[in-house]
Amino acid sequence: MKLAVGPILYLWERNVALEFYAALCDAPVDIVYLGEVVCSKRRVLQREDWPMVAQALTDAGKEVVFSTLALIEAESELATMARITDSAGGCVEANDMAAVQYSAGRPFVAGPHLNIYNEATLGMMAAHGARRWVAPVEIPLTTIATLGATRPPGLEIEVFAYGRLPLAFSARCFTARAQNRPKDECGFICGDYPDGITLYSRDDQPFLTLNGIQTQSAAVQNLLPHIDALRSAGVDILRLSPQSQDFPAVIRAFRAALDSADAATRLPEPSLPGGYCDGYARGEAGIDHAG
Amino acid sequence: MNLELVCPAGTLPALRAAVDHGADAVYIGFRGATNARNFPGLNFSEKEAAAGIAYAHERGARVFVALNVYPSPATWEPATAVIDTAARLGVDALILADPGLMRYAVDRHPALRLHLSVQGSATNWRAIEFYRREFGVRRAVLPRVLSVTQVSRLIERTEAEIEVFGFGSLCVMVEGRCALSSYATGHSPNTQGVCSPAHAVRWEETPAGRQSRLNGILIDRYAPGEAAGYPTLCKGRFRVNDSVFHALEEPTSLNALDVLPALMAAGVKAIKVEGRQRSPAYVAQVTGLLRRALDLCAAAYPGRDEGRGDDRAGSPASWTPPADLLSALDALAEGRTHTLGAYHRPWQ
Repeated sequence: MKLAVGPILYLWERNVALEFYAALCDAPVDIVYLGEVVCSKRRVLQREDWPMVAQALTDAGKEVVFSTLALIEAESELATMARITDSAGGCVEANDMAAVQYSAGRPFVAGPHLNIYNEATLGMMAAHGARRWVAPVEIPLTTIATLGATRPPGLEIEVFAYGRLPLAFSARCFTARAQNRPKDECGFICGDYPDGITLYSRDDQPFLTLNGIQTQSAAVQNLLPHIDALRSAGVDILRLSPQSQDFPAVIRAFRAALDSADAATRLPEPSLPGGYCDGYARGEAGIDHAG
Repeated sequence: MNLELVCPAGTLPALRAAVDHGADAVYIGFRGATNARNFPGLNFSEKEAAAGIAYAHERGARVFVALNVYPSPATWEPATAVIDTAARLGVDALILADPGLMRYAVDRHPALRLHLSVQGSATNWRAIEFYRREFGVRRAVLPRVLSVTQVSRLIERTEAEIEVFGFGSLCVMVEGRCALSSYATGHSPNTQGVCSPAHAVRWEETPAGRQSRLNGILIDRYAPGEAAGYPTLCKGRFRVNDSVFHALEEPTSLNALDVLPALMAAGVKAIKVEGRQRSPAYVAQVTGLLRRALDLCAAAYPGRDEGRGDDRAGSPASWTPPADLLSALDALAEGRTHTLGAYHRPWQ
């Protein structure tokens, strides 16, 4: 199995993001997803930064994929998606059917925000050019195994293996709302929260994470203890979702687990509130944790 | 041609109520996990659907069948069986979200009219055009995320008819892109047609007040005398940065009456009412009130087709929905209050 680093889902400072990608050049990962998936107003990097980062990662032997926006509403957002698709030369992750439509048969990665749940849809996406399928986060591993067994020839399967789960998108910016700011005058307040804002129940259970128009889990999904099951389900790639702390240790732990037959690799408790979860993989509520 | 009124029916009496009170079309679902209102005691058997279709057709109304889940391999066959049944019954349209099911419907029943469900998550013209060119989808129901201006611009770029929500409970998240319920309860709108299911709800009386839990997660707590609503998880009160508030959305209903002329001017084809889980009495009242609103609006703004794309796509100042209509709808609304939702940019 290969290791992939997903797109940065938060608004990080430019220098922090550049350092993050520089470090990935030397990290034991195979694939790096770049670009903005959550909010079209955000500029983690300048437009001219991205090709430079992509080149450095490519030179370091990484496969680079440009992810595109999940919720596309405005003409300007369609235009950005089109520009990225044209310049990425087949290395683009489609997260909306608009990107599939625009790709018009060119190869693409079917991202986790396309609703692909069955053989017929997966086959159709492959016919449109999908060379890899990142499964929606809520699909149980048994279903992934079933679809893996009947997958179109050459299609790779990737699973969201580590990180706060991207659960929902809205027209509303919940980070701005939490600060009593209108979305159009957000002042990029989400930049103050490099791992999102944890939302707690009134009895203090960390439940969700507000990340602009995206809602994530508060718990970190960690499928490290399930690597054997992922392998036997036919999964080819594990996605690790960037977080501001401890990410190199996460990469090392997954790499060690993949490289050795010793499945005893464990990660320490996450520094983010909410602990770990792994319920989706087992067909339970996503928040459940068996370990 | 006026805006079409599309109303919900979870049962045969509700379907009759909608038809009798002025619905142009009624949408229904079959029993089982094949539609997004998979609640106990709701939805149609094949025999009931046949009776409902006959009742509607005799009175000049149409019936749409919603099959708006994304089947997994284990639920594929029941889902395709629904398509075969709907075709056999002669429904006026099938509302689908899953591309695989659309392929099946087109291959097996090429004469069947297809609508793209709101669960299809198509929020831009390119996504809608994908479904139109690939499967001949005739109409798309827009997720509740676009402003009126965005709806208007989208309509200019697609040949598909556009249906938008006019009244009912408000999804805060993009439909088809929300896994909050499956995260909290294991039951998914996308695969099982349920959100915040009743079996996962637990009410508790505590010294701090009445409180509601969803699969053990505290969704809200109510002061003595405070009205307690159904604990849909995006409408609970939570703590964020030391403030306790409705962090995602208040319990409120969508009501688009204020922007009806703008939606008409934009070229919207149909207005949809949410609520297949509602009683026949509710469906009758809401259908009657919306029918009145649409007729008033059509009378005030005749010749909409010539006005398409003109500067009336803002909100014509001359239109004020009658106050008695608004208050009657508020009385039926979740939280007894309403919002324009994403139609109105500041909501976002």
